[in-house]
Amino acid sequence: MDAEITLRVDGTERTVVVDTRTTLLDALRERLGVMSPKKGCDHGQCGSCTVLLDGRRVITCLTLAAAHDGADVTTAAGLADGAALHPVQQAFLDQDAFQCGYCTPGQICSAVGMLDEAGRGWPSAVTGGEPGPLDDAEIRERMSGNLCRCGAYAGIVRAIEQAAR
Amino acid sequence: MIPFDYRRADDVLGAVTLVHEHENAAFLGGGTNLVDHLKLGVANPDLLVDVSRLPLDHVEPLPDGGVRIGAAVRNSDLAAHPLVRRRYPVLSQALLSGASGQIRNLATTAGNLLQRTRCVYFTDVTTPCNKREPGSGCAALAGYNRYHAVLGASPHCVAVHPSDLAVALVALDAVIHVQGPDSARTIRAEDLHRLPGDEPDRDTVLAHGELITAVDVPDLPITARSRYRKVRDRASYAFALVSVAAAVDVEDGTVRDARVAFGGLAHKPWRAHRAEEVLRGAPATDDTVRQAAEAELAAATPLPDNAFKPRMATGALVATLRELTREQA
Amino acid sequence: MIGAPMTRVDGPAKVTGTAPYAFEHPVEHPAYVHPVQATVARGRVRNVDTAAAEALDGVLAVLTPGNAPRLASTEDRELAVLQSDEVAFRGQLVGAVVAETSEVARHAASLVEVTYEVHEHDAALRADRDDLYAPDKVNPSFPTDTEQGDVDAALAAAAVTVDETYTTPMEHNNPMEPHTTVAVWAGEELTLYDSTQGVHPVRKTLSSVLGVDPEHVRVIAPHVGGGFGSKGDQHAHLVLAALAARRTGGRPVKLALTRQQMFALVGYRTPTIQHVRLGADADGGLTAISVDVVEQTSRIKEFAEQTGLPARHLYAAANRRTTHRLAALDVPAPSWMRAPGECPGMFGPEVAMDELAGACGLDPVELRIRNEPEVDPDSGKPFSSRNLVACLRAGARRFGWDGGSRARRDGEWLTGMGVASSTYPVHALPGNSATIRYTADGRYRVEIGAADIGTGTWTTLTQIAADALGVEPDRVDLRIGDSALPPASVAGGSSGTISWGSTIVETAHVFRDKFGDDPGAGDEARGDMPANPDSERFAMRSFGAQFAEVRVHADTGEVAVSRLLGVFATGRIINARTARSQFLGGMTMGLSMALHEHSVLDERFGHVVNHDLAEYHIATNADVADIDAVWLDEADPHVNSLGAKGIGEIGIVGTAAAIANAAHAATGIRVRDLPITPDKLLR
Repeated sequence: MDAEITLRVDGTERTVVVDTRTTLLDALRERLGVMSPKKGCDHGQCGSCTVLLDGRRVITCLTLAAAHDGADVTTAAGLADGAALHPVQQAFLDQDAFQCGYCTPGQICSAVGMLDEAGRGWPSAVTGGEPGPLDDAEIRERMSGNLCRCGAYAGIVRAIEQAAR
Repeated sequence: MIPFDYRRADDVLGAVTLVHEHENAAFLGGGTNLVDHLKLGVANPDLLVDVSRLPLDHVEPLPDGGVRIGAAVRNSDLAAHPLVRRRYPVLSQALLSGASGQIRNLATTAGNLLQRTRCVYFTDVTTPCNKREPGSGCAALAGYNRYHAVLGASPHCVAVHPSDLAVALVALDAVIHVQGPDSARTIRAEDLHRLPGDEPDRDTVLAHGELITAVDVPDLPITARSRYRKVRDRASYAFALVSVAAAVDVEDGTVRDARVAFGGLAHKPWRAHRAEEVLRGAPATDDTVRQAAEAELAAATPLPDNAFKPRMATGALVATLRELTREQA
Repeated sequence: MIGAPMTRVDGPAKVTGTAPYAFEHPVEHPAYVHPVQATVARGRVRNVDTAAAEALDGVLAVLTPGNAPRLASTEDRELAVLQSDEVAFRGQLVGAVVAETSEVARHAASLVEVTYEVHEHDAALRADRDDLYAPDKVNPSFPTDTEQGDVDAALAAAAVTVDETYTTPMEHNNPMEPHTTVAVWAGEELTLYDSTQGVHPVRKTLSSVLGVDPEHVRVIAPHVGGGFGSKGDQHAHLVLAALAARRTGGRPVKLALTRQQMFALVGYRTPTIQHVRLGADADGGLTAISVDVVEQTSRIKEFAEQTGLPARHLYAAANRRTTHRLAALDVPAPSWMRAPGECPGMFGPEVAMDELAGACGLDPVELRIRNEPEVDPDSGKPFSSRNLVACLRAGARRFGWDGGSRARRDGEWLTGMGVASSTYPVHALPGNSATIRYTADGRYRVEIGAADIGTGTWTTLTQIAADALGVEPDRVDLRIGDSALPPASVAGGSSGTISWGSTIVETAHVFRDKFGDDPGAGDEARGDMPANPDSERFAMRSFGAQFAEVRVHADTGEVAVSRLLGVFATGRIINARTARSQFLGGMTMGLSMALHEHSVLDERFGHVVNHDLAEYHIATNADVADIDAVWLDEADPHVNSLGAKGIGEIGIVGTAAAIANAAHAATGIRVRDLPITPDKLLR
């Protein structure tokens, strides 16, 4: 079954016909030509498809596009402010927080969402009492929903530390 | 994935009616388990009824002191809620130990409780599974059963329930509110999930079309002295090998009261009543806790790949209660 | 320029998600392909009923062994896709649906009904099988067995011996980007956007299999989302995409394997069973080294991992033996995975060395230093350069090495340290050319069909070209990842930078010789990879030392690597930034191998049952704590004009052994079978 939906993608209104079975990820990649979020596993197990959906970090491979008509979607391609990269993107460049780059757009959207969550005082599985400033252990745990086979984790943590300052 | 109709429910009764009257319909919450199953061919509904936007998304204090958690509250919001963190740390910790930040932003309370086993034979439609296809056999019994049950299993199914939230709610004596087509009822969290018995295809006691609307958690002083401990094969983003939800009240080195539930051991969260009995009134020492765990796990029937689970569960309980006791000293 | 930590040329595109991977190149009106896989491990396809699939709206074609276009060559049986009714392993391609949308393609594929004549299959790897055989050679072309002196006599006479069996499990490369091919025919011209470690090898293989002129095949891959060996050889999906594209009247087809499908179709590292025997005098001087390896291959295509190889080159001992025996099973063909041979083959021997150190009462670092050979024990040739001892000493200092046998207690955590050696051969692969052309905008266009699979090629070759031409990097316009460019060898064996880089250096010399320092627009020169006369005179290897500190929970067995340090001597480093990331990435993969990775093959069915990223565990961010990699300055005038040795794989070598040795120091429990999971350290 088909459904027509409208999404605001990286600041632009896009109307698209989707199959009710179409995930938000496939709606973006296969029907809207938005390739920034990546398909790493298609089953919610790697985080490469992470975007900001109405301001929150989510995976898009297990979200049905038809269930999110009207949503606001920000991908890594939409984080930049004109010509200036988002501080998280710039930090990833500075700290060599990527290698093959395939998990990178998802890492970056996840980091942006995560910093917002931490800023709101949200705890994580390693938070002892009250959440304090983000230390290495906090960043690592909060970013563990983004797998990186190239093993760029050390750089990713440094990049997020840099962006958080 | 077969084609399906997608409808958004306007209200609870409307949602219930839609699903109740349509044999091959399913409720859609955050989608993080259902959509996975649609792709795998494990679930094949032809109608999805989206209940994620029903007005069931609040966490409210109850007049008697407990808290009511709406079924559509997202896991991340629930884990971060100040009331929950203060009064039920085990609940917040259990949620935060599950999945990933991104998934927790989508997953709902009810969806978390109703997620299905991660047994590799259940999720693969080309291998025999009595849960998916009653009578086809259980491939896990003589196969890869590292993550499988050591308690309460049957010859038909050795699957384990994967929810961390459920284990915490069972330890906290939570109560589930369910709306059916004709009436509403409450079910103790401990009774929501079933043991497999002869009907491994039935994970819970819910009938088709019954919708979870809320979860009530009672308020007791002990619940604030609680903890969730999850032991897994990697530091994050993995299901439990074993887990412990525990609360303990210690005075002058003696256990006044205790709550213990285990995850990763059975087809449902395992409320450890025997262990609690051993603990109550006993000295708050590692040895007591070991005895309590061993009493609870004496009936364990390990499989070739998971013989370590009773010892690991014991170790996890010892470590968890030691920490809680230390905090209260 | 050389050695400078230049930021990645492809960086801005990658952090904005705009670098195109195979699936993402703009093509006109694509169709989608979803494979159908065999659900039996051995037998024949009796019938394929496609009626229900074909009846779906949007289905363009259903391919079967009966109707697929015929290939020109079926010699490579992994690539003989849909050419016969034979089923050789569970998961083999037995059909495919081509449809307007990916949803319809997937649904239709589930409706294709295949019936089989089922034969009994055999997927059981055991060291005591009576049908183990010795391959003619082990990869890439080394003797299967080697023997020097009299190992048995030496072992019998030794003051101290270690005689143990170590195992490494089946592992899957699992790059983050699934294998993907987008194929489009225009008449007899085939264009592929592929996820590959080498566009020219793809062109060569595919044109041979299809029976088309390579000039009519173009392969494009500017960005590849990781490979780790699994995109080094060609696999079945590549052929399927080309066949499927024949059925769409010129429309492009997109075939992206699912993560689940990757577990059967794109290769994996064989499990290994390593019987290691060491004999030494009372002072730890080795008198005998023996490594007998048992591993698997598929019945249809032989792949012999050279697991016994590193033991031939590490330590001095007069009496030595290595053997390889294979079990040919009804399983998919194994293939390359990061540091083939070296990676699994440095687990058993390096844990055995730790056991020997314990038996001799020696510091494991000291034991290794004591057995440093003067020349390569295998060939007798001098090493072009070898600094294992310096790496061990520098690492011990930097790490705060405690001798390795001390268990410490930190609350509920037991901690200990471990060490292992690391090594990787220097490979240069033939068949490389490059062109350099001066363009009207004052830049030098440098072209070679090289690959950047995350290794940093876009950046390192830019630096090498800039240095060789004597210009700033921003005047270099590098083009790679396209078979229309001059031919290049595969990104594999840590040979890329050496092979392509030395070719570019040569081409730059040719260019300057011809056109001097002030060329005109359009001036172009071509160069070929120079031969290396020293490659026969010397044994050429990189070396390193891996140090690990491990924490084990006393009650639950949970194990964490709290510190990991790699010290490497790998010749001249081209880019300090990307090199560090490659070392750390390799070490992270080694940590993952040590603690997490295990492809579980259910022998009853013949397939890997934990076939996704939830069940096949790779290290998460939370698993990696303090990790560092440093390198020693090593000048080697013999390896190539750059003095470079290749660094992409050495990081994974020895890491798992260091971690296993640290876990033993912490707990007294010796784990000889990877992965080291909590249950193995639980009391």
